[in-house]
Amino acid sequence: MADVQLVNLTIEGRQVSVPAGTSILEAAKAAGVLIPHYCYHPSLSIAGNCRMCQVEVEKLPKLAPACATAVAEGQVVHVYSERALEARKGVLEFLLLNHPLDCPICDQSGECELQDYTYREGRAEGRSQEPKRFNPVEDFGGDVLYVTNRCILCTRCVRFMDEVAKDTVLNVSERGDRAVIGKFEGKDLTHPWASNVVDLCPVGALLSKDFLNKARAWELDRTPSICPNCTQGCNTILETRDNVVVRMRPRTNSEVNRYFLCDEGRLDYRWMNRTDRVEAPLVRRGDRLVAVDWEEALKAAALHLNGKRAFVLASPKLSNESLWMLSRLVEKTGGRGAFRVAHGPEAPLPGVPDLALRAERAPNVRAAELFGFTKSDTPLSALGSDDVLVIADHELAPADAEAVQRAASVIVIGTTLPEAARHALVVLPATNVAEEEGTFTNLRGRVQRYLQARSAPGMARPVWWSTGDLLAFLGERAGYFLASEAFAALAAARPEYAGMSYDTLGLKGQLLAGAAAPAEAARS
Amino acid sequence: MGYPHTSHPKETPVLSQYFGDPGARSLDGWKQRGGYRALEKALGMSPADIVNEVKESGLRGRGGAGFPTGVKWSFMKPGDGKPHYLCVNADESEPGTFKDREIMRWTPHALIEGAAIGAYAIGAETCYIYIRGEFTEPLRVMNAAVKEAYAAGVIGPNAMGTGKRIDVHVHKGAGAYICGEETALMNSLEGKRGNPRIKPPFPAVAGLFGKPTTINNVETLAAVPHILNRGAAWYKGMSRGNPKSTGTKLFSVCGNVAKPGNYEVEMGFPFKEFLYELCGGPLPGRRFKAIIPGGSSVPIQTVEEAEATVMDYEGFIAQGTMLGSGGVIVFDDSQCMVKHIARLARFYAHESCAQCTQCREGTAWTTRILERIERGHGTMADLDTLLELADQMTGKTICVLSDSCAAPIVSGIKKFRSEFEAHITGKRCPMGATAAA
Amino acid sequence: MGGGHAPGDTSHGDRGHAHHDAPYEPVFVGAVKDELTEILGRYPTKMAALLPALWIVQRERGWVSDSAMAEVAQLLDLTPAYVKGVVTFYTMYHQHPVGKYFVQVCTTSPCGACGAEKVVEAFLKHTGCGELGATSPDGRYTVIEVECLGACGFATPVMINEEFIESVTADKVPELLTQLP
Ligand SMILES: Cc1cc2nc3c(=O)[nH]c(=O)nc-3n(C[C@H](O)[C@H](O)[C@H](O)COP(=O)(O)O)c2cc1C
Ligand code: SF4
Ligand code: SF4
Ligand code: SF4
Ligand code: FES
Ligand code: FES
Repeated sequence: MADVQLVNLTIEGRQVSVPAGTSILEAAKAAGVLIPHYCYHPSLSIAGNCRMCQVEVEKLPKLAPACATAVAEGQVVHVYSERALEARKGVLEFLLLNHPLDCPICDQSGECELQDYTYREGRAEGRSQEPKRFNPVEDFGGDVLYVTNRCILCTRCVRFMDEVAKDTVLNVSERGDRAVIGKFEGKDLTHPWASNVVDLCPVGALLSKDFLNKARAWELDRTPSICPNCTQGCNTILETRDNVVVRMRPRTNSEVNRYFLCDEGRLDYRWMNRTDRVEAPLVRRGDRLVAVDWEEALKAAALHLNGKRAFVLASPKLSNESLWMLSRLVEKTGGRGAFRVAHGPEAPLPGVPDLALRAERAPNVRAAELFGFTKSDTPLSALGSDDVLVIADHELAPADAEAVQRAASVIVIGTTLPEAARHALVVLPATNVAEEEGTFTNLRGRVQRYLQARSAPGMARPVWWSTGDLLAFLGERAGYFLASEAFAALAAARPEYAGMSYDTLGLKGQLLAGAAAPAEAARS
Repeated sequence: MGYPHTSHPKETPVLSQYFGDPGARSLDGWKQRGGYRALEKALGMSPADIVNEVKESGLRGRGGAGFPTGVKWSFMKPGDGKPHYLCVNADESEPGTFKDREIMRWTPHALIEGAAIGAYAIGAETCYIYIRGEFTEPLRVMNAAVKEAYAAGVIGPNAMGTGKRIDVHVHKGAGAYICGEETALMNSLEGKRGNPRIKPPFPAVAGLFGKPTTINNVETLAAVPHILNRGAAWYKGMSRGNPKSTGTKLFSVCGNVAKPGNYEVEMGFPFKEFLYELCGGPLPGRRFKAIIPGGSSVPIQTVEEAEATVMDYEGFIAQGTMLGSGGVIVFDDSQCMVKHIARLARFYAHESCAQCTQCREGTAWTTRILERIERGHGTMADLDTLLELADQMTGKTICVLSDSCAAPIVSGIKKFRSEFEAHITGKRCPMGATAAA
Repeated sequence: MGGGHAPGDTSHGDRGHAHHDAPYEPVFVGAVKDELTEILGRYPTKMAALLPALWIVQRERGWVSDSAMAEVAQLLDLTPAYVKGVVTFYTMYHQHPVGKYFVQVCTTSPCGACGAEKVVEAFLKHTGCGELGATSPDGRYTVIEVECLGACGFATPVMINEEFIESVTADKVPELLTQLP
């Protein structure tokens, strides 16, 4: 790596040095100049077909496609020269020739690169008087609709399926202006990672059925988050409208998920909007649970725990902060902790090293184990009859119901109250991943932050918060008000997290001490 | 000889010497006519010496671009440890061009011999002859000839008993003009859509199957045995004073002309003499109006320009056009230029591989505008739009099919503007009655 | 649709197939399979045998059905979608059954200047096809216009199946047709 040769060039008057072999397009990006483009995508082979990225390079007779032209020493590149602008204006006019111009009813509107560049560089009006070509909308299977008339044939979708998913279910069919994206009768876009073609499509030609007509792009609030659906820890953007999560999309992280999300993960967000939530702290009065304030509920919980061992059934979907705080409760009471993780088929994305929908369908199995919780399919098997069972947002399977009855008493900290735990003495309302700030530790030991995307219902609080307060009632110094404080305390206490803070984690995360970066591992 | 008519005394039949002579088709017949002596000689030479001889001869590619063949061969680095390939471009689909077809039909062994020499010279053990699928007869003849050559040990694992391996395979295309573009041909051979590739990398670095590859036209390769037999100086001598254009060239002549067919003349032959003497001039009672001298992709000439042209690479450029593939298309005064230009645009729209935006959309859009003008529904503004679109389609795409569509449009509007205007102002084709005569 | 579909059979996509309900019979068996094996030996990749394999399908079946594309895909380690993308690129593979005689008439400019349109008209009339691309009611003919056949000096060239006929004029068409078996 050390002997990479650097090439110096000038792009729009800015000097840049980039490794030899870099494209002008990437070099411009490094210089802070966005060269308009459609077919180019950093995760795909160079197709060079849209011709949108044409720029003027001094001393070259023709305009150069920036995505397909390597930098050269001393090159002087003009992105906005008259010739380059004329050429791109021409491309835009051609692309709109048969386009239905139906932005008002298109889901992509507002996040469409055809709109954006036409607005920036296109003609005010097209000149064509000829009738437009028409093709019907096709259901590509999976979550994907193909709106043929909006397709600009950049082939990103075809290349993704071919090169990254390695499941060539899409093709370019026919040629000339009859060309369309095609598939084979009976073979659908059902690959577990297929929906990425919707994100990759620069226009409104590939649409998510799940998101169809749900919201306009400009009405959405966007929050960086982490997919909570498996141990891979893909980086996401949670998109909300009026406090409702309406879509989950990939957020680029070259160390984890590059530009991608699996279909199962991306479509599994509706539970974040559940309305059957515990919204207030509850304590048992006879055969009823009554709503009380936090202090009363915490006091009641502390009373039940006093002198008893806590058996903490902690969900591996909880944050590092929450799991660590729960582990302190275990420690304080001399108790135990356990959890179960749901499984599903593993589904790799073949074109990206170490990226897969993991069999373990929860985001924080690694931290749960690290903090001493025992992973088991029957996590309650070691529950003693003197133990206080603390169920921390853990799902209860039918088989667990009997074991739950065994506990001396039950305290629930959760988003909902499971049927089998209706006899709980205290119920503390908790926030879900969309409603709090926190961190997860993925299977490779990458610690990653997620931010709060929607407001919590009622009086719900993050589990680390209520557990910290509970510990305080038990005589520990554990009251934290900010997730960052809770994390700082965790980092101070646990050597694997030493030196980390929300600032150092940033939005790309950091590896646990001693964990090798998967990308590094793949390279060496 | 000559086919379909015997060679004119002013022709210089080298490649076409045995056109029309069925005896030349068989291996024995070919050997009796001096065949395979050049291959024998070549296999005794070093590849570098062959390349030099071809360089020296001044032979340039006959497929359209006119790139010096010896120089192209010299890009292939011997001993790089990789397999090398030779592709023979027998896709011949450029409207107006039908010379490679005759070479393959009458003298299949001339091509096999030239290809075998080329393969050896570039360090290739495998040569693929890519023949367009519509050429059913050339395919039959070539397949039979290859089989014969294998059986006789001329090619194969021990070519001519020299211990050198030269495999030759015929590969049948399936209907796509664009597969004549060199990298599209390679993709097609590899079993892909015939999409031209972005260059670099050039074929000599990463061509067929990603390996160093040379691609040559049929006529180019068929000339090579003659060069080895008779020497570079002899070949170079066939020229009329222009050292950059040497040898003989087959011109295919079609359209409204008395004697259509293939004619082989020395480079630098006067085009006027060619058209009126060799090709017999216009049909009775007609006058030439427009000539497209190098296949449909080159700019159209007026008769005056054509008559002032000498027939070599530089000579055609001097008269505003190109030698191209040597397909001479002649239109006489009974023809409507608007109609023909629209029809040519439709050809390119049909053949565009659909990768590049300008080509995919531009070829189709210009076709629609031109057809609308032809029907009498055009406007003067359409002509400006056409010229601007042609500009957008020129020099901006992966291959030059897009440029090829633009060339006849630009030259047509420039040189035959009055015909366009007549359609627009008269709201109909002024020659409607005679157009298809 | 009956229950007789072989696994992987997708013949519901085979519009106009004469034996719509018959199970798909593979093309590449016996000698035909051997032929493909021989062809595979000419290339360093399996994919390169795709065009030849499709030609064999067309020779054996007269057209290239979806089921045949799936068969070829499987033999060459490709996906059916990939094969279809390739098939649709090339104009010579028939994606639907065609008449017993498939007539291709060049109408590109050079032939157009020599009366190709009249030749097309004559074919449409005398075959009873009526329109381009349609198969005549007796199933004998399909007539299409094609781009330059590379024989422009012999205007107008016409291909009838594998036969390449030069210098066809409109008045020669009826006789040409009567000569066909
Ligand atoms: C659209 C297009 C079509 C072409 N068609 C042919 C063709 O049919 N035959 C041919 O020999 N060259 C054709 N060429 C030229 C080839 O790309 C290439 O230059 C040639 O085969 C090289 O051989 P040569 O150097 O012997 O001429 C075509 C080029 C383009 C851009
Ligand atoms: S569907 Fe979208 S991604 Fe696919 S080719 Fe069309 S525009 Fe590109
Ligand atoms: S791989 Fe796992 S983390 Fe990534 S999107 Fe799928 S479920 Fe979510
Ligand atoms: S110019 Fe036309 S034919 Fe050539 S690569 Fe582009 S789209 Fe294909
Ligand atoms: S982005 Fe460069 S050609 Fe499409
Ligand atoms: S134009 Fe008809 S064969 Fe060439």
